[in-house]
Amino acid sequence: MVQESAGQSSLTEASQPPIIEPGHTFSSVTDKISSVVLIQRTSRGWFLGFGLAFLLLILLLFALTVLVFTGIGIWGNNIPVGWAFEIVGFVWWIGIGHAGTLISAILLLLRQEWRTSINRFAEAMTLFAVACAAIYPAFHVGRPWLAYWLFPYPNTMGTWPQFRSPLIWDVFAVSTYATVSLLFWFVGLIPDLATLRDRAQKRLPRVVYGMLAMGWRGSARHWHRYETAYLLLAGLSTPLVLSVHTIVSFDFAVSIIPGWHATIFPPYFVAGAIFAGFAMVLILAIPIRRIYGLEDFITMRHLENMAKIILVTGLIVAYGYMMEAFTAWYSANPYEGYMILNRMKGPYAPFYWALIACNALTPQVFWLKRMRTSIPVLFAVALVVSIGMWLERFIIIVTSLHRDFLPSSWRMYYPTVFDFATFIGTIGLFVSLLFLFVRFLPMISIFEMRTILPQAKVEERS
Amino acid sequence: MKRRTTIYGLIAEFDGPGSLVAAAHRARQAGYRRMDGYSPYPIEELSEAMGFHHTRLPLIVLTGGILGGIGGYLLQYWVSVIEYPMNIGGRPLNSWPSFIPVTFETTVLLAALAAVFGMLGLNGLPMPYHPVFNVPRFALASRDRFFLCIEAADPKFDREATMQFLKTLEPRNVSEVPH
Repeated sequence: MVQESAGQSSLTEASQPPIIEPGHTFSSVTDKISSVVLIQRTSRGWFLGFGLAFLLLILLLFALTVLVFTGIGIWGNNIPVGWAFEIVGFVWWIGIGHAGTLISAILLLLRQEWRTSINRFAEAMTLFAVACAAIYPAFHVGRPWLAYWLFPYPNTMGTWPQFRSPLIWDVFAVSTYATVSLLFWFVGLIPDLATLRDRAQKRLPRVVYGMLAMGWRGSARHWHRYETAYLLLAGLSTPLVLSVHTIVSFDFAVSIIPGWHATIFPPYFVAGAIFAGFAMVLILAIPIRRIYGLEDFITMRHLENMAKIILVTGLIVAYGYMMEAFTAWYSANPYEGYMILNRMKGPYAPFYWALIACNALTPQVFWLKRMRTSIPVLFAVALVVSIGMWLERFIIIVTSLHRDFLPSSWRMYYPTVFDFATFIGTIGLFVSLLFLFVRFLPMISIFEMRTILPQAKVEERS
Repeated sequence: MKRRTTIYGLIAEFDGPGSLVAAAHRARQAGYRRMDGYSPYPIEELSEAMGFHHTRLPLIVLTGGILGGIGGYLLQYWVSVIEYPMNIGGRPLNSWPSFIPVTFETTVLLAALAAVFGMLGLNGLPMPYHPVFNVPRFALASRDRFFLCIEAADPKFDREATMQFLKTLEPRNVSEVPH
């Protein structure tokens, strides 16, 4: 029975396109990935791309500096829309980060070997996205130099955080998520840092990578504990990633605002996060594999699998949109009913219908294999989905707030130049960090690529 | 005794994972215990061949998780009930359902910290110096070569006899590991 199923799985395995092109050896995999960091000259394109991203990063620093000197009045949010671009950006970035953890942890536990070539930069993407996300709440408090008040610590004011508030849950969820993602990423890097240390020709990289590798020598005893630790971290990250976006959705769902107070929020937010995250992985993977010639490692099978995940999570998100409308009608609550009509026909209606077109309709093209395997289509749909997910958060947050229970307090929300500058600036931060990452660290996990080579298997000897 | 201090051990280099695992098997059968294999990626069969199955790491992680969970809950209990009691919507001071999310996060946080620092601690990392790095060819252990090192501290170790034994395992070459 066991043999039968094993034979079957290898059969389906053979009929699918490979996760690594044939003909590679331990040394070719090692040399190809490490040469990007150690040998290849930094291209003009890299400097151009990094320069552009760095300009946007300067824009972020400028917007935040003005904010610190003036106050959050430079943003467009004001009562009743107390939360706007800043929380939209926060939720958007956190959601993008989730695909990295999903790829590195959940797909590892599910033994999806194809994850191997994309997990490293997806994890990097997670870290950088969380860094971008963290900027928003830290600066929205108005006095960011006092942001540490969010944490419980004995202080001379004699006060403590309110643990019944979802906002304090968020502090714990996001800081835990950032810490665990960093640890997971770094643990995954240790053996590769040792490879870079051993392969570096110049003294400076050898010393720096050597210090970071901490004396890793590939000992069998070490690998044994390493594998255990890695698996346990994956097991811990899996519920963690689900909890983080659940808690982010609690920021809304625990309140009584129409349009927020819904039990569908946690699963709907988690699915939306994975949806947006995989779109971002595609946006990054498609140019990276092309520029660095990594088509052998990030194959069509990877891209197609990601398209399938986008299709599935897109359907869950579409179900969420339908359920929002259904519960608004079925609850017979006039405020809920008005909220959904206002979304569909009110002043922000074009954004609502744009989000439906982006998130619910566009991914349906992935039912066709021809679309799933066309790189321009994949890239375009991924971009559309990213925009759609940003619009989704905008609609959820702004339309629910701008017309609440009392018509006398209704007010339109318009973003200011600083709202846009901050958002575009975080994209600059994200892209700058990614450019530094692909230049200085192996963007594909070298040691895990070695394990998926056919010659890595130990044949049974009698 | 003098001989032991002069070298750390003898190291044999192999081409593939299969020959390293076979060599580790035979070295164990020959009675060697103080030895270690070095490979560019984890090989499950190698751990079995060298005879270590058990690691305390899961226990350390479990302890970390339990401490994190209890600590997180107690922190919230102490803050909300003892140090800074506040009536929020008439809820009990120990409103435990509200304390679950933070308790969960601290559980995961401490367990993950225990996993990483436990792994590094048990492995004795960071370790800036180790004798195997004195072998020039050992740099390939992080690329495409597989090594088996029998340490001089092994009671059965004898410079000539062990060298002869390693050569019977069909390695690419065998070299001494100076201290």
